[in-house]
Amino acid sequence: MWEALRKHTVAIPVPRLEGRLASFASQAMAVAAKDVRAELRTKEVASGTFIFALLVLVIFNFAFDLRTGDNRTLAGPGILWVSITLGAMMGLGHVFSKEREQGGIEGLLLCPVDRSAIYVGKFAAALLLTAAVELAILPLFALFTDLSVFLPPLLLTVVLGTIGFVAVGTLFSAMAVHIRTRELMLPLLLLPVAIPLIVAAIEGTRVGFEDKPWTDMLPWITILAAFDAVFLVLCPWLFQYVMEEMGS
Amino acid sequence: MTGSLETTQGATTVTAPDVSGNGTWDVEARGVWKSFGSVPVLRGLNLRIAAGQRAVIVGPNGSGKTTLLKILATLLRPSAGAARVAGFDIRSQASEVRRNVGVLCHQTYLYSELTCLENLLFYARMYGVVDPPQRSREMLRLVGLEAQTDTLVRSLSRGMQQRLSLARAIIHEPLVLLLDEPDTGLDQRWAGVLSDLVAERAAQGGTTLLTTHNLERSLDLADRVAVLNRGRIVFSARREDLDVGSFKEAYGRHTGAAA
Repeated sequence: MWEALRKHTVAIPVPRLEGRLASFASQAMAVAAKDVRAELRTKEVASGTFIFALLVLVIFNFAFDLRTGDNRTLAGPGILWVSITLGAMMGLGHVFSKEREQGGIEGLLLCPVDRSAIYVGKFAAALLLTAAVELAILPLFALFTDLSVFLPPLLLTVVLGTIGFVAVGTLFSAMAVHIRTRELMLPLLLLPVAIPLIVAAIEGTRVGFEDKPWTDMLPWITILAAFDAVFLVLCPWLFQYVMEEMGS
Repeated sequence: MTGSLETTQGATTVTAPDVSGNGTWDVEARGVWKSFGSVPVLRGLNLRIAAGQRAVIVGPNGSGKTTLLKILATLLRPSAGAARVAGFDIRSQASEVRRNVGVLCHQTYLYSELTCLENLLFYARMYGVVDPPQRSREMLRLVGLEAQTDTLVRSLSRGMQQRLSLARAIIHEPLVLLLDEPDTGLDQRWAGVLSDLVAERAAQGGTTLLTTHNLERSLDLADRVAVLNRGRIVFSARREDLDVGSFKEAYGRHTGAAA
C-alpha cells in the first residue's frame, strides 16, 4: 500500500537559479489557475462586482444627464473610473478571502515558494476578474453616454489604469486579510495610494473623449505606465514582507 | 529524564550532512520561547529528535503543542531560542525547512471550491513535485479517495477531508512530518492506516513529530513520548519503558491533571 512513499533519508536541496525561474512561473500560474477555477465554479465575486459597477453607472446616469451637452465629457470619465475602481475594489477585497477558509493562508505560507510568485499569481487572477467585469461594463457605459470607449488609445488608458489599480490593490488586500474590519480598511489603505493613478486615468480618458489627437493622451499614458512600472516592482517586493509578517 | 526529547539511537540513523549541514538531528530546538503579547506559551523548550524516529508529544489544552509545531514548520517565529528542522535553521533557512517538512494541522489547508485532485495538483505544483498528475493520483489512492477524485472538497466528510489533507502533507515526500492531532475526524480504520503510514515512514528514515491528547494512542504511534506542560517538556521516555498505566501516572504527576 505504501509504494507511493519513497526513502526519506536526504533533505531536498534548493533548486538552481534556472530551475527556480521555471518554478516561479509554474507556481505563479498554479496560484492564478486555482483562483480562476474556483471563481468560475462559484461566480460569486464576478457577479457581485459586475452588479455593483452597473449600479454605480445607473445611479450616475440618473444623477447627470449623460446623453446630452457637456456633461458627457465632463462627468463621463469620472463616472467610468468610479464604476471601475469601486467594482474592482469589491473584487480585490476577496482576493485572499478563499485563503481564509481552512487556513489556506498557512497552507500557502508552508509552500517553499518565492512569496513574489504568490503575489504574481494573485495579481494575475484579480486582473483577469477585473478585466472580465470591465468587458461587460464598457459597452453599457457606451450605451448610457453615447461615448465610444473602443478606441485603441482609450482602451490602453483603461488597461494601464486597471493594471496599476489591481497591482496595488492585491498588496493591500493581503495586508487587510487578518484585520477584523478588512472591508473598511481596504478602501482606506488603497484609495490614498491609488488616487494619483486614478486621476491620471480620468484625465487620459477625458482627453480621449474630447476627440483630440491621440498624441494629447500620451502624457497621461506615460504617467500611467510609470505608475504601473513602479507598482509592479514595489508590490511583489513588499508582498514578501507582508507574508512573512503573517507568520510572526 | 526531563527537559529534552532525544535519543541515543541518533548515530545509527541515516542523515544528510552534505545538504543539511549539521547532520545529527532531524528536529532540534534549543531554548525556544514564544509569547503572544505578554503571555508566554513556550518557555525555553528543548527538543531533539533523531532521523527515523516517531516522537509523540502529549499535553493538556494550552500547553503549547500547536505553537511548537507551527514554529518548527516556520509558520510562527520564536520569540527567543533557535531550532533546526531537517538540518536547516528555521529563521535563516526557512524556505529549505518548508521544502523538507509536511504539516497536518487542525485546519486542512484545502480549497472547498476545488476537487480533491485539483487541490493535490495545486500543492504538487507549489512544491515542485515531478509529474504532479501522477503523484496526485498516487496520493488519492494512498488515502482511499480515488472514487472522490473529482468531488468538490466541500462535499467531503470531515474524515475524508482529513485524509485528503494528509495526502497534501506528504505529496512532496517530506523528510520530517509534523502532525497536530492527526486523528481528528478519522474513524478507527483510517486511524490505523495513519499509524501504519507513520511506522512505514520511520522504517524508511522519515521523521515524525506528532501531538495528541490521547495517551493510549500516543503509545501506539511513538518510539518516544514526551509530556508538554505550560510550555516546557516535563517528562520524556522511550516507548518500551512505558505501559499505559505508568504513562498515565507520569502524565498526571507532571501536569496535575487526570489522564
